[in-house]
Amino acid sequence: MRVESADVYNSAQIQIRMIVNGQSMEATIEPRELLLDFLRDRLGLTGAKRSCDVQVCGTCTVLMDGRPVSACCTLVYEAQNRELLTIEGLADGDELHPLQQSFVEQSALQCGFCTPGMILTANSLLEEIPNPTRQQIQHYLKGNLCRCTGYWSVLEAVELAARRLQAEGQSEGSA
Amino acid sequence: MSEGIGHNVPRVDARSKVTGEAIFTGDLKLSGLLHGKVLRSPYPHALIRRINTDRAASLPGVVSVLTSTDLEDIDPYYGHSIKDRPLLAIDRVRFVGEPLAAVAAEDEVTAEQALSLIEVEYEDLPAATTLEEALSDDAPRLHETDTLRPGLFHGLGELNPDGNICYQHSIHRGDLAEAFKQAEIIVEQEYTFPAVYQYAMEPHTVIAAWEGKSVTVWASCQHPYLVRAELAELFDLPVASVRIIVPFLGGGFGSKSYTKMEPITVALARKARRPVRIANRVDEAMVTTRRHNMRCWMRTGALADGTLIARHVRLWMDTGAYADNGPRVVATAADAAPGPYRWKSFQVEAYCVYTNRPPSGSYRAFGATHLQWIGESQVDEIARQAGVDPVDIRIQNLLRPGEEVRPGGKALDADLVGDVQKIADALDWGSPKPPDTGRGLGVGLLAAGARPVSTAIVRMEIDGHATVLVSSTEMGQGVRTVMSQLASQELALPIEHIRVPGGDTWITPYDRSTGASRSTTLAGMAVHRAAREVRQQLLEIASQAFEVALEAIELRDGAAWRGDQSLSYSELIQFHFGFTGGELIGRGEVSPGGNKGSYAEGPVFWEVCVGGAEVRLDRDTGRLHITKLVSVADVGQAVNPDLVKAQEMGASMQGLGNALFEEMIFDEGQILNGTLLDYHIPTTEDMPDQFISRLVENEDGPGPYGIKGAGEGALAGVPAAIVNALADIGVQVTELPLTPERVWQALREAEAEHDDGGSPS
Repeated sequence: MRVESADVYNSAQIQIRMIVNGQSMEATIEPRELLLDFLRDRLGLTGAKRSCDVQVCGTCTVLMDGRPVSACCTLVYEAQNRELLTIEGLADGDELHPLQQSFVEQSALQCGFCTPGMILTANSLLEEIPNPTRQQIQHYLKGNLCRCTGYWSVLEAVELAARRLQAEGQSEGSA
Repeated sequence: MSEGIGHNVPRVDARSKVTGEAIFTGDLKLSGLLHGKVLRSPYPHALIRRINTDRAASLPGVVSVLTSTDLEDIDPYYGHSIKDRPLLAIDRVRFVGEPLAAVAAEDEVTAEQALSLIEVEYEDLPAATTLEEALSDDAPRLHETDTLRPGLFHGLGELNPDGNICYQHSIHRGDLAEAFKQAEIIVEQEYTFPAVYQYAMEPHTVIAAWEGKSVTVWASCQHPYLVRAELAELFDLPVASVRIIVPFLGGGFGSKSYTKMEPITVALARKARRPVRIANRVDEAMVTTRRHNMRCWMRTGALADGTLIARHVRLWMDTGAYADNGPRVVATAADAAPGPYRWKSFQVEAYCVYTNRPPSGSYRAFGATHLQWIGESQVDEIARQAGVDPVDIRIQNLLRPGEEVRPGGKALDADLVGDVQKIADALDWGSPKPPDTGRGLGVGLLAAGARPVSTAIVRMEIDGHATVLVSSTEMGQGVRTVMSQLASQELALPIEHIRVPGGDTWITPYDRSTGASRSTTLAGMAVHRAAREVRQQLLEIASQAFEVALEAIELRDGAAWRGDQSLSYSELIQFHFGFTGGELIGRGEVSPGGNKGSYAEGPVFWEVCVGGAEVRLDRDTGRLHITKLVSVADVGQAVNPDLVKAQEMGASMQGLGNALFEEMIFDEGQILNGTLLDYHIPTTEDMPDQFISRLVENEDGPGPYGIKGAGEGALAGVPAAIVNALADIGVQVTELPLTPERVWQALREAEAEHDDGGSPS
């Protein structure tokens, strides 16, 4: 059956492969399909949220090969042969990632809508700069809006996680 | 108990929020769920000559197309204060963005495409898109005033509509003319406050499932019981046939107070006979509700020594095309207008005005945020003219606890002088300032608490765990954590054994609303009382089990103790029922009558709005840099000091945004900055260098343990402080936000005046 409405969009179906939260997968997608809809509606990974739709707020942030991208403005096709990490893949089973743990301890969240994106961007920051200054954190997180916290607790949580990750790295290095 | 009140217990929802497990309305999946999209008016004011939905309805994948003709079997008007709003536009549209049709389809793309196939023929009408236009003699009328009916939760006395004024409110004390006659210093000025977008990061999202003669609604709403009442009335259902379930909210700040997208979603589900979801996008959220822009004229009189004696205020608030919460905002603004001083006389005339703009409603600290920066800048100007220090003029004139704030209202229940001194201390008031740096502070009051009607149920389950049923909405403020702590305190039970699920009107009992800083005080009181009932039952059962008097028993750590003997709560319940099942139930209620009328006069309490700021001005660009922000949380008793501080930080940052750059810009009723690309909210790079929050716990609130609400005051205090800090550098502005351009202009004018020798031109 040809569906008139979808003509514009469904001109082709594309097979892609990617790794999502450590699992390789294949999917048939439409060229127009946005990564955010794919993650939320098809994979049920609803941690990435939709808010501004224009790549300003950061609440849909996921990591693609370790770099933050706005899933609301990224085509699924762009994830072809890439590795994606969403908030659902950050913890190690029941054990929270040090960033998640520090966000809990510092109450670095209120409504929690921005939190998954905020944590993933911070994760990318700490991979790039393990011991960031406060100004570096502020600059890096500029693209992750939060209307609740005023950001102070977020900065403190990132600093705490950085200290812990560094201590962890050092103890592993000396072992 | 280390997890009861006064302790920094980690948020009970934190883990689910850092893992992505926390469920928001838009995360829910229902089988057969349809996606709804709304067709919105492109005109500020027009007649709808014809709507043709045939092509849209025949698009494959479209299940239903809804227009006002589908509403002929109901009275389709709603509005909690004034019933002025049709569920979908009928015959005419009154603002750019007004819904006039909606589509339910199998997927969002199809629904969106169907909208473009709906043909609408409009006939342009003259529009009143500004306050000035709406108030002019020949202004087009938004509504016929004789058709305005009070809404279900009006509660504001006579409407007194007049032209495009839908509500007016005035308060006064003393002989104004006589008081101004005595004045030796008079300051008089006009001011403008902009329209502001609340930007809760989760736009309004609603799912409705119509089943037979009942409907279930999952909604990102702050006030499930008020939404339930309006939906029941609209669709002529018993209230119990409307079930509202509230998942986590991605922020509220007032934008999700009262009824928003729920009626359209329910109407669409009723027609489609399948569950429908409508998820606003940000551009749609911006035309769903916003903060009132305002024009204000204020005149303040004082004696030569700085004694404040008289104030006269007129204010006009732009409520847009429909009243929404405008009348309440206007009344609260009137309450805030005099400021917390010992006036001989004051008079406030406040008007709520319809315009052809999107509707305005609640936004955190409404009324107070609008008025405090104005009143406080006049107080500072009088201080300058009288040669009195800004801190001293406040100590000289501020009301003391127990003094009348306004005629017929609750007397002052806070130590404002102490609060102001704390701000001054934190700002190092009086210490030398670096160049181009100013300091300012602001103090005010916000009528808080809304209606004191709340109920709660505490269930002590057979395993000794407790469930707290309360309808306060968790929207980030930490209400589930606070209620857990209040229950923990009374039940002597660890936090991890207490569960506070979200609101569900089939299960969690009546709570008037989540807003006006009321939850900890009022719903908290209901939880406190419900938990005490369970506590009493536990004591009675233990006294039977141990065969001793009640007084000999201590409840501690989830067990009843008699000396070193103990029975866990689980064992007590099994003893009581003689079975491995059963539960204890406690109920708590707060009502004006149940409190000997002490709440009847209103407000429930006066929320303290104080803020301090130190700012540095770049004279070349007009750009302001905030070096220090200070807030004082005067909360009676903090249940969780960290959560209080978190509220202060968030509210202060919103205050910073309101003061420095946030403004919805309209041109002939059309928003020019209608997305986050153009509407700027504070980011990490807008943070002040330093933030200091001081906690004041004088146990002077009406809640349990002397608690009173918090979370809004700093939003009113901060803009006042920033405006006064800028004036401290010699730059006076009468219009917010303080954009670099506006500040630069004001700076040039101030310098020109200075060059003229300061003589008035």
